[in-house]
Amino acid sequence: MSLTLYMKLGWRNIWRNRKRTWITASSIGFAVFFACVMQSMQLGSYDRMIENSVRFYTGHLAIHEKEYWDEKILDNSFSLSGLQDLDITNGRVEVSVPRLTSFALASYGEKTKGVIVTGIDPEKEADLTFLDDKIVRGEYIRDWGVMIGEGLSDYLKADVGDTVVFISQGYHGVNAAGKYPVVGILKFPVPDLNQAAAYLSLGQAQSFFGAEGLVTSFSMLLHDQEELFVAQSEISTSLASSEMTIMNWQEMMPELLQGIELDYYGGLIMIYILYGIIGFGILGTFLMMTKERTYEFGILTSIGMKKPKIQVMVAFEILMLTFFGVGLGLIASFPIILYFYFNPIRFSGEAAAAFENFGYEPIMPFSMDPVVFYNQGIVVLIISLFLGIYPMIAIKQLNITKALKE
Amino acid sequence: MTVIQTKNLKKVYNPETIPVVAVDDVDLAVEEGEFTAVVGPSGCGKTTLLNMIGGLDQPTGGTVSVGGEEIGRMSQSQLTDFRLNNIGFVFQSYNLIPVLTARENVEFIMLLQKCDKAYRDKRTLDILEKMGIRDQMNRRPAQLSGGQQQRVAVARALASSPKFILADEPTANLDTKATESLLDIMAQMNKEEKATFIFSTHDQRVIDKAKRVITLEDGRIISDENR
Ligand SMILES: Nc1ncnc2c1ncn2[C@@H]1O[C@H](COP(=O)(O)OP(=O)(O)OP(=O)(O)O)[C@@H](O)[C@H]1O
Ligand SMILES: [Mg+2]
Repeated sequence: MSLTLYMKLGWRNIWRNRKRTWITASSIGFAVFFACVMQSMQLGSYDRMIENSVRFYTGHLAIHEKEYWDEKILDNSFSLSGLQDLDITNGRVEVSVPRLTSFALASYGEKTKGVIVTGIDPEKEADLTFLDDKIVRGEYIRDWGVMIGEGLSDYLKADVGDTVVFISQGYHGVNAAGKYPVVGILKFPVPDLNQAAAYLSLGQAQSFFGAEGLVTSFSMLLHDQEELFVAQSEISTSLASSEMTIMNWQEMMPELLQGIELDYYGGLIMIYILYGIIGFGILGTFLMMTKERTYEFGILTSIGMKKPKIQVMVAFEILMLTFFGVGLGLIASFPIILYFYFNPIRFSGEAAAAFENFGYEPIMPFSMDPVVFYNQGIVVLIISLFLGIYPMIAIKQLNITKALKE
Repeated sequence: MTVIQTKNLKKVYNPETIPVVAVDDVDLAVEEGEFTAVVGPSGCGKTTLLNMIGGLDQPTGGTVSVGGEEIGRMSQSQLTDFRLNNIGFVFQSYNLIPVLTARENVEFIMLLQKCDKAYRDKRTLDILEKMGIRDQMNRRPAQLSGGQQQRVAVARALASSPKFILADEPTANLDTKATESLLDIMAQMNKEEKATFIFSTHDQRVIDKAKRVITLEDGRIISDENR
């Protein structure tokens, strides 16, 4: 028997009971639809969370002095030129930015507030964090002056053109003091940054902290996040004999990774419960498909069709029904996911505030990662194949004379 | 040539609990070209006998040989192949694959036999023509009358070029007219195509058309007459 004959038989057989086929396929379709949309939202928001966090805080990979991660003080900084001498250039890296970060007190007029001072390379920083897009007043820093968060600006009542005084303890305990005119006001979606961020050019920060030529971190953004571990180990080799070490974002932000995993498995459990319920529906259809055709199978074996052939014929029906259902689900979910991929849901009001409290933009992005779609397809296929064992056994155990009496 | 030979054929149902002797010590020989009816009251063992001859059921004792080959020793899978290539089957009703047209149903058996396309096409049309149902060949079973469906079933059985055709009460669900015309066409195929038929029946008009009548009672042959 040829493939086309099996296909013809399979296709016609599933349409013998139109209503049942539609009900079964729609329930499969619904499960796939729901699972796809949900996974797309999950993966989309993880991508966004990772992207946000990686861009803003750590980079995909970052080099620090070995002690720095445990004790984030200026004394644990390292020489940028020393790092460059090691030649860590790597094709997988898209941008890399040096930063010198520490704490300081910022004063203007009557007000004083603790701030995080970061010395940056303005151009590279713009490439990595799009910091220049965050400017709401004034302009983006070149090599002089300070940019502060909008919240900080409001608190200090210091606007563009005002000069803010910074004091701190510098490298190896030296006194650090300086005054810098505000050149730009930045608005961050993340409240922590908005209320405490101050950016100087790297040169200014180094002289403010008395840390000439030093940086606390060297963060790298990769072209492809999938290459995280390869890139890390490659660069790590170059750093082997130095006092520096390289970490990936998962090591630097373990709580983010855990949060993502927890949420992902939570979602998976929901999807599996749904599939479990749908599975019973599929099983019911398979039971009926087999039971009501016992006589027909009896006739087929009588006239000389071997059982394995009957099994293949039924397997085609099962596959077609499954593919039909999965197809319905994918066809329904694809345009919706596509739409929300380009037009993410934007929250407002309380929901938005909740997002911002966690440090994220209040949007619900969707993922178009093909994994979203074929994951569901494969899971449903596996369920179907598993449940398909029943009709296969029923056919194998078919007793001709009994079947003919049905 | 002898196409069917049974020796001491016996079937006992439920031998452990309440034994029912359905076929008892049947010795029977059927020659090529016969048109034979197996008759007898309900429960006398007709279906059981035909099922054992057709390799659908296992005897409790005795042997069945088809074309000189003893079928009792074959595995299920070998038997299925043996049936495909040696025996044609017509059952009481719902013989056909509902999702295939009359033509496809007839061709189907030759597909199982792995015949090539040219042969299948020619033979299908040829047989449907002879059976007088070529006009209806593109209809599915549900669109055919009971009599037409039985003709397609006979056509399918013939198409596989079997040594003989077994038909268990082929007319039981047909009205008088359809019964008569099915028997006539079977008789014609017997004559023109040299097809060997063994059928069971209750129906006196069907019995009247047979050339040999074997009568069973309580699983035993009580008479065997040629006409
Ligand atoms: N699976 C079975 N288990 C037990 N007894 C059976 C079974 N099949 C048939 N019998 C018995 O065997 C005997 C012969 O049955 P069989 O079906 O061969 O008769 P039949 O001549 O074909 O009857 P009918 O004309 O009603 O079709 C009957 O007494 C029947 O009750
Ligand atoms: Mg019977």
